[in-house]
Amino acid sequence: MMAKLMTAALLVTVSAPALAAPADPLHSPMWEHHAAILFGKDAVVFDERVAVRIPEIAENQRVFPVTVDARALPQVRRIVLFADLNPIPVAVDYAPTDAEPFLATRIKLDQRTPVRAAVQTQDGIWHVGGAWIDAAGGGCSAPPVSRVKGDWADHLGEVRAGQWPEKAGETRLRMTFRHPMDTGLVENIPAYNIERLTLRDGSGKSLGEMQIFGSVAEDPAFTVVVKATGAISFEARDTAGLHFPGKVGA
Amino acid sequence: MRLARRAVVLAGLLAPVAAFAEQFAGKYNPLAEKVSDGLWMVRGADEAIAFANGGAIANSAIIATDAGAVLFDPGVSREHGRALGALAQRLTGKPVGRVYVSHLHPDHALGAAAFDPALVHALPATRDELERDGEGFSDAMYRLLADWMKGTAVVLPQGDVSEGEAEFGERKFRLLALKGHSGGDLALLDQATGTLLAGDLVFHDRAPSTPHASLPDWRASLDRLAALEHKLLVPGHGPLDRDGGAIAQTRDWLGWVEQTLHDAVTRGLDMSEAGELPIPPRFSMLKAARYELQRSVSHFYPALEADLLPKL
Repeated sequence: MMAKLMTAALLVTVSAPALAAPADPLHSPMWEHHAAILFGKDAVVFDERVAVRIPEIAENQRVFPVTVDARALPQVRRIVLFADLNPIPVAVDYAPTDAEPFLATRIKLDQRTPVRAAVQTQDGIWHVGGAWIDAAGGGCSAPPVSRVKGDWADHLGEVRAGQWPEKAGETRLRMTFRHPMDTGLVENIPAYNIERLTLRDGSGKSLGEMQIFGSVAEDPAFTVVVKATGAISFEARDTAGLHFPGKVGA
Repeated sequence: MRLARRAVVLAGLLAPVAAFAEQFAGKYNPLAEKVSDGLWMVRGADEAIAFANGGAIANSAIIATDAGAVLFDPGVSREHGRALGALAQRLTGKPVGRVYVSHLHPDHALGAAAFDPALVHALPATRDELERDGEGFSDAMYRLLADWMKGTAVVLPQGDVSEGEAEFGERKFRLLALKGHSGGDLALLDQATGTLLAGDLVFHDRAPSTPHASLPDWRASLDRLAALEHKLLVPGHGPLDRDGGAIAQTRDWLGWVEQTLHDAVTRGLDMSEAGELPIPPRFSMLKAARYELQRSVSHFYPALEADLLPKL
């Protein structure tokens, strides 16, 4: 499996056309590979306006907090949160349609890796920020705590949420879901994760949508800032087709 | 001149290799600080565990007795334990006759590998916790400290201790079976000198760490230590406490962390935002404060969210 992945990585690297991506300031061994897959021929810049805020230590490699704040950039259409050396590199792919380019969540880390956000603006350019974090192994390849404890099914889909006023006309929304977020990399436990999260205002209009992958931490938590007030609803869907809806405000 | 030129050439040749070469550990060189009659403190670095410090970040204490030296907390690795044992022999003229392990954490416990397990004493709770977590700690330490850890295997303490009076080599101790920093925290009062060895229940000018903490239990243990008459206090991390301020400082930090994280959840912050909150100026003398705040966020935040965020 590993050998196949390596071969695939080599092929992509070798066969990729002249890269639009600039040299990686973090000198990651996987940068060119990910850049080719994620950005194709789009222009890429490393940009300090993409703030990836992480703690100085990965105290728990199963639950590593990351906040992406790209509010210094105009007209953001997509935020891709990824860790170069994770076996499931992309954690979240967020389209903040009517929301600020802001996302806080927690991811798993399988080893020392760059943690990055690639933020695409309306002009198609990708703005990339990030940093290395040291971590012990096992974030993606050890079973979730609730699997070991055996109570994951008792709490599956429990939803908690809260809302707070951000600046005028905006709401900060926090959502947590009980879910094992199985990566499929643990023996005899197939991949099983929340794969989509949709945010809507009171009239049903979409405010933003996330694709979510197995490298997001167990019992995932998401914090977003939407450009709406009053009633805000959201709905997560997992890979078994279960829906976990919630609603805050009026 | 010739030598110098050769050195330059060699350095040039070796540089690309050296960048990827294994780093070799140095040698532990623990230094004793006399605290009182027949009692010494060995200061750890007030830092995080890192290759540069060999993991020697916890304080230890050495007590002279007729039956051999007592070593309270034997360090992080076999070599560290050996260096502390050799220091104890130089200071007291006798080999280590008893080792106390204050609690399970690797910077205090894994150095027991240097000693006969029969000499190593701890609370039963500590042995249970080492049985549960010792191998995991050992893996983590080998990853961080590599060569410094060579030969270190998890040694489970063979001697049980319990609350009450104890005597070793004609020297009288009062042992306290406490908890809160971990599931079993041993403190030792040396009766002759009134020196309290507090283990990691007390930090001094170094932010407390909370990976296995129960804050209510920790506070109750601090109450007991504060009520126990003593002249000097050797904290688990940080300098000797001569004026009794370290217990209050530890309590103040823990209270502040608990309140701050509680407020952060109710204000809608996520974990990395909570870890960036300002630390009040009264804690400016605490080493590793930001680092320990961020670790505490990791330890406490998910449970606080499960308590405080409304369930839908």
